[in-house]
Amino acid sequence: MEMIYLDNAATTRVDDAVALAVNEVFLESYGNASSLHDVGQEAKRHLEGSREKIAAYFGCEPKEITFTSGGTESNNLAIRGLAKANPEKKHIVTSVIEHPCVLDTCKDLESEGYEVDYLKVDEQGIVSLDEVREKVRDDTLVVSVMHVNNEIGTLQPVEEIGIICRKKGVYFHTDNVQGFLKEDLALASIDLMSISGHKVQAPKGVGILYIRNGVKIKPILTGGGQENNLRSGTENVPGAVGLAAAIDVDFKIDEVRYSRDKIIEGLMKISGTRINGSLTHRVYNNINVSFYGIEGEALMLMLNEMGIFVSTGSACASTKLKESYVLKALDVDEMYIHGSIRLSLGVDVIGKEDYIVGKVSEAVEKLREMSPFKLPLEELGVGGSELGEGKIKGVAREVEDE
Amino acid sequence: MDAVVMGNVDYNKNVMEHFRNPRNMGELEDADAEATVGNPSCGDVMKIMIKVKDDVIVDIKFQTMGCAAAIATSSMATELAKSKTLEEAEKISNKDVSLALGELPPIKEHCSNLAADALRKAIEVYRKKTA
Repeated sequence: MEMIYLDNAATTRVDDAVALAVNEVFLESYGNASSLHDVGQEAKRHLEGSREKIAAYFGCEPKEITFTSGGTESNNLAIRGLAKANPEKKHIVTSVIEHPCVLDTCKDLESEGYEVDYLKVDEQGIVSLDEVREKVRDDTLVVSVMHVNNEIGTLQPVEEIGIICRKKGVYFHTDNVQGFLKEDLALASIDLMSISGHKVQAPKGVGILYIRNGVKIKPILTGGGQENNLRSGTENVPGAVGLAAAIDVDFKIDEVRYSRDKIIEGLMKISGTRINGSLTHRVYNNINVSFYGIEGEALMLMLNEMGIFVSTGSACASTKLKESYVLKALDVDEMYIHGSIRLSLGVDVIGKEDYIVGKVSEAVEKLREMSPFKLPLEELGVGGSELGEGKIKGVAREVEDE
Repeated sequence: MDAVVMGNVDYNKNVMEHFRNPRNMGELEDADAEATVGNPSCGDVMKIMIKVKDDVIVDIKFQTMGCAAAIATSSMATELAKSKTLEEAEKISNKDVSLALGELPPIKEHCSNLAADALRKAIEVYRKKTA
């Protein structure tokens, strides 16, 4: 059976060249980068070389790059570290569709007396700049808005948000875990940015927090004082080398984007289908699709049996038994929220678009046969091969535009 | 593969078998009674249809929108109820269904194991109709 991995937003396979580079460090440059002897200094050279390469990619200074254990730690360090260093500021602005590691960090700070404003998103899954302007105050510690949403792939206008914040003298942080190496982002208006290795074919357990020179921040991990005293703990040299090596990976972005659009076009021919989130402001490899009258976990499992690996944000797959807060924020009808799956594509999808659409159609049909909900298409005015054109809140129309 | 693991949710072979090949799935054309339980906002809705002759369930079908556990419990509940008298069938509990499947992931016990409720409700409807 052919296996197709469509869960690259969850994690990715480490690239061959990246794995070789990491392995060499494991075997040959295993020293502790803080040791002063030659073995340690050899490791240190790898660490600093990686830092320089990443800094060159972003056009920033190497000392503005702090290595961490990944996206979750970077986001925690950004928000909690700013809070520790700027205790007089007790207000935070973030969005309702942030990753849980930002949302729960904000909630935690709320319990410590911080006030948090959560920016809404529109039906396309995008925050409004006007709302950012309204919410930012003199005592705002940080505005934290993600670049690319992990569930629906929508792109937020983070550069513009950064400009608003800069004008008001407020720090701006962006979680760029899903956008790094995929979608361009200029750092000019950004103060802090989180990145993770394993989303870009580097190993798990390594990430970065970019911290612009002059930002007042304190560490949340204390100890040996590594990473310029901002992140104690023995440096993960293999991880850093892997992250830097990922910059050279060819993600075939244009080809995969073309495949994505072809798959979306195919899926839209299934009746009662809805693509969630903007199609024009969307990361190149994300498809978040809902099917009326069926449940996402069952669909995911059925596709799993067919060798197609997707993920679901639906209630039944999560341990929290809650519907997707992201789709809810987009005001998606509950019959569609539960029937959603996410396909996040990699290069192996190229040329297999029809096969994937065929398998998804087959699984949807099977589950619909079991469902007591038949398609009241005319009532709903959505979906369907003949009903697809422009009927789903502008989504089909956007397909034509692309 | 013994179990499919998803987050903290893993299904045993029996559950997966009933998910792959659900028994008594579909519509019962000349049903004597039917009942639906669950709520689309929870993601699980089960409909049970029964045909009754001389107080015995001679045919039973289900339709379910829901996760693998919801589909497997619907399938098992209909298997347990088939050919039973109404009195026997209404004693079938959600727990009986999950035991017959050999245990469900704990997180699925509440939200997805409703088929016995639907069955009892269908029997109630039938009794009211024929009373």
